[in-house]
Amino acid sequence: MFVIKCPYCGERDQTEFSCHGESHIARPENPNEVGDVEWGKYLFFRSNPKGMHYERWTHDHGCRRWFNVQRHTVTDKIMQTYKMGQPKPKGIND
Amino acid sequence: MINRNRLFSGGLIDRNILIKFKFNGKPLQGYQGDTLASALLANDIHLVGRSFKYHRPRGILTSGSEEPNALVQLGKGAETEPNARATEIELYDGLEASSQNCWPSVNHDIGALNNLFSRILPAGFYYKTFMWPPSMWMFYEYFIRRAAGLGEAPKEKNPSRYEQKFFYCDVTVVGAGVNGLTAALTAARAGASVLLVDEKPELGGYLLNAKSRINNLDTKKWIKDTVKELMALENVTVLNRTAATGYYDYNYVTALQKITNHLPNSLSKQPRERFWRIRSKEVILAQGAFERPLVFSGNDRPGIMMASSAQTYVNQYGVLPGNAVTLFTNNDHAYSVAVDLISKGAKVIIVDIRSNISEKIRKLCEQNKIETYISHAVIKTDGSKKISSITVQELSEDKQSFVGEAVTIGTDLLLMSGGWNPAVQLFSQSRGKLKYNDQISSFIPDVLVDNQAVIGSNNGDFNLKQSLMSSYEAGLGAAHRTGNKQEVENFINDANEPIEFITAEVVPYVLGSKPVTHGSKHFIDFQNDVTAADIFLAQREGYVSVEHTKRYTTTGMATDQGKTSNVNALALMSHIQQKPVGDVGHTTFRPPYVPQTFGAIAGRNVDQYFDPQRLTAIHEWHIDNGAVFEDVGQWKRPYFYPKKVETMTEAVNRECIAARASVGILDASTLGKIDIQGPDAAKFLNLIYTNAWSKLEIGACRYGLMCNEHGMVFDDGVTTRLGENHYHMTTTTGGAARVMSWLEEFLQTEWLDMKVYCTSVTEQWTVLSICGPNSRKLLASLTEDDISNEELPYMRMKEAKVCGVDARIFRISFTGELSFEINVSARYGRYVWDKVIEAGKKFNITPYGTETMHVLRAEKGFIIVGQDTDGSATPSDLNMDWIVSKKKEDFLGKRSFLRPDTAKNGRKQLVGLLINDKKTVVPEGSHIVEEVSKQPPMKMEGHITSSYFSPTLGHPIAMAMLKNGKARNGDLVKIPLMNGKVVEATVTENVFYDKAGARQND
Repeated sequence: MFVIKCPYCGERDQTEFSCHGESHIARPENPNEVGDVEWGKYLFFRSNPKGMHYERWTHDHGCRRWFNVQRHTVTDKIMQTYKMGQPKPKGIND
Repeated sequence: MINRNRLFSGGLIDRNILIKFKFNGKPLQGYQGDTLASALLANDIHLVGRSFKYHRPRGILTSGSEEPNALVQLGKGAETEPNARATEIELYDGLEASSQNCWPSVNHDIGALNNLFSRILPAGFYYKTFMWPPSMWMFYEYFIRRAAGLGEAPKEKNPSRYEQKFFYCDVTVVGAGVNGLTAALTAARAGASVLLVDEKPELGGYLLNAKSRINNLDTKKWIKDTVKELMALENVTVLNRTAATGYYDYNYVTALQKITNHLPNSLSKQPRERFWRIRSKEVILAQGAFERPLVFSGNDRPGIMMASSAQTYVNQYGVLPGNAVTLFTNNDHAYSVAVDLISKGAKVIIVDIRSNISEKIRKLCEQNKIETYISHAVIKTDGSKKISSITVQELSEDKQSFVGEAVTIGTDLLLMSGGWNPAVQLFSQSRGKLKYNDQISSFIPDVLVDNQAVIGSNNGDFNLKQSLMSSYEAGLGAAHRTGNKQEVENFINDANEPIEFITAEVVPYVLGSKPVTHGSKHFIDFQNDVTAADIFLAQREGYVSVEHTKRYTTTGMATDQGKTSNVNALALMSHIQQKPVGDVGHTTFRPPYVPQTFGAIAGRNVDQYFDPQRLTAIHEWHIDNGAVFEDVGQWKRPYFYPKKVETMTEAVNRECIAARASVGILDASTLGKIDIQGPDAAKFLNLIYTNAWSKLEIGACRYGLMCNEHGMVFDDGVTTRLGENHYHMTTTTGGAARVMSWLEEFLQTEWLDMKVYCTSVTEQWTVLSICGPNSRKLLASLTEDDISNEELPYMRMKEAKVCGVDARIFRISFTGELSFEINVSARYGRYVWDKVIEAGKKFNITPYGTETMHVLRAEKGFIIVGQDTDGSATPSDLNMDWIVSKKKEDFLGKRSFLRPDTAKNGRKQLVGLLINDKKTVVPEGSHIVEEVSKQPPMKMEGHITSSYFSPTLGHPIAMAMLKNGKARNGDLVKIPLMNGKVVEATVTENVFYDKAGARQND
């Protein structure tokens, strides 16, 4: 079970959080102008890497804020957490 | 002396406190400080139970948590515990235990017939035998299940209380042997907050019973002094009787503390066990090592024991388990055991499989007059319920054959020592990597995880002085890394053991009088009855990977998780496959390290605390008025209110008719309610809902559908504009939390610049929904405000005083009747409810529950999201194109309506069904099929989502999702039922009653 540093509350046990899959998947600005293939990618395609992964978490039993987590999927080491809207950081093994 | 095998002095037991207990009904006596195992041995009872598969007589193999054989049924009735390890049960007055897996008794066991047939019951027997014919499995399973298992689970509810505790500290030390104590004391002296846990009642570990010295003190004295200092320190928590059971990511360790297990029929208010959830910055593992059995023919009889365990029984419990002792070994360390036993009056013979022994050992044997058989092996053992003799024979140089004659020696205790296996289970659980060490022929820690140390024999360090030095370093390092920088002088000056464990030869198996693969009983896993022959068989049949061998033979899969067996199984696999043990690998170690009660895992989260219950302000009234409740999420909602002799159908019919004829009242407080405010609220709602919200007037209500990005409906409800930038959203009862998260997700992750604030207000409001033709008259008698149709028309909200209480009255209707949803502060909810009921008496006001609500809404064709939809229906599939804005640029789900699969014709669509026989209420979930055949499979074209008897119409009505349903009005469809009957129905619109909506608009 992880210790996750909520950018708003600090370090807390994983039981207070939930994960919502891959991060930095922006909703297309104008969905109407997007073709079926691209829209399908937005809806269904995720990277599932062996290595560095960027994902969205919420601090459900705390501040209820959404934030980003950079986690290594093999070691489960959390490299950093950062607020929504901040750019995707470079990973060591990216 | 009351016990036959009890020594007159020595040990940590208190001979002044006599303890009475019963084993298999026989009254026995022991002393304070005994375990059940030591007390049984003191009474010369070696036969404790029967083995799992062959029902072979089994005794006590070890003196700790690794015990595979001596499992007993402890206690009786609701508190009985199966598979309790006799070596860990502390003796208390009135303890009762009995043997397991035997009938009628442990001495005469019918199941022992299996032993005679063992040649035809090898590994894989069940897989091979009970495969065919497949239809017979249900028959076989009954008998296999009866034969499986060891002890019996209690049938009653567990009366004990279990607690849980979260704990945070700088350093956790697992294991309070001399190394754990050294590390803990060093870290504590440096200023760190330290938690020290040990599974035994007394701290000190193995050296509590050995003749070693630390700082020129007897270890027993050194341990006592060290424990005393630790206990006195404020920054140290010491837990005995506490086994670390799991080691997870980020140094999260779980531990099970036994609190009252060792007390007589405790009337104590203490909980039975406490489950610790420990998060510490540093973890130091000091769990020691397990002595390894030797794999020889007949190595499982009662009276065969690990050498170090015999030493523990002698030195700690003052019990000499046998007098004519033979010690079978492959290493030097076992000789110290011989010396200890001889000093207590036993006669000891040593059989050493090695070709040579050192000069030091030879001298020791001469001094102590120990008879030795060097380069010999135990090839056979005899004795039915306890060992009586062994046969030894000299081995050739290459150990592949015998030389000389076999000799039979009378023996009442056979000790074995095959070297030591570091207890790497927890380390491995933490994702630490192991490597094989040739010197000790076992696995040791290799790559550590962050903020972790492994010390002492747990790390493969068997030299006492060196390991104590490392433990000091580990304690200091952990303290420093956690910011505790006080200098600590090294307090280990000197340490020595009489005979050190340095190296152990690999002995995959010992030659026996019969070939190892045929009929011999070289046991590897005692608890699961896995023999060397089974491992050979698995390799022959292709189960060569370590994971396959494990599952095919079940070695290491019993409750001891192979603590005594795993390394021997791997060594044998390595021998058969002709490759190094390190290349054979090892299986994954999983929690719990020792068996753990479910009670402790559940803690106090049982009964009503298992899941929170949500109750409305009116709940007590519902109980007083005989409501039957239904769980909706965590809410308790009245299902229906039966009068004295009414059935559910009768009650629901009565409630429906009353609501349509005069006034019904529903507690609708559970409906999800979200207060939405902010300058961008309208813009936000436009993106969340499928319909348009910009032009909604203040005070007006509007029904809305929410879709996910796949275009599928996931919630619905009415939202009302309270002010310029202020909305009141309602959601389904079950969907409230999901909708709240959905709104927050988009506000926090996509539309960060929008100024919108959502607050859950579900529990702040009590909602009384009154409906029926007399509902306006009723409400008018309770308010002075104007609630006429002109002032408060359908789909409008008005703030007014009801019974003198501030209220929001919504003219919305889920029943199709004239209806008012009165929202008042939850604090006044019950007050207003009582007033409404009182005033409603003259209209025969009838409370109704969720079932009536469902019937009334189905008559009107209103959907319930989650009942009529299942996450695969678009608004169009639900005949609700009218609610999807054509003008809006964008909203969630819109783009997906154009995806080819979503836009195609012939999808499953919502229809109404009229049952042709006018009487069958088809079960919800029934399938509509294209053609009926005698038995499934039949091609399905839809399913029933809602189905009720409509009291208003006098016949059944149903809704269904039907392929191409929109184009099939008037079609006949067929619905086969489970009982073989086929029901015919006619497709119709899904609004059955008051299509024009005259009643609700009135």
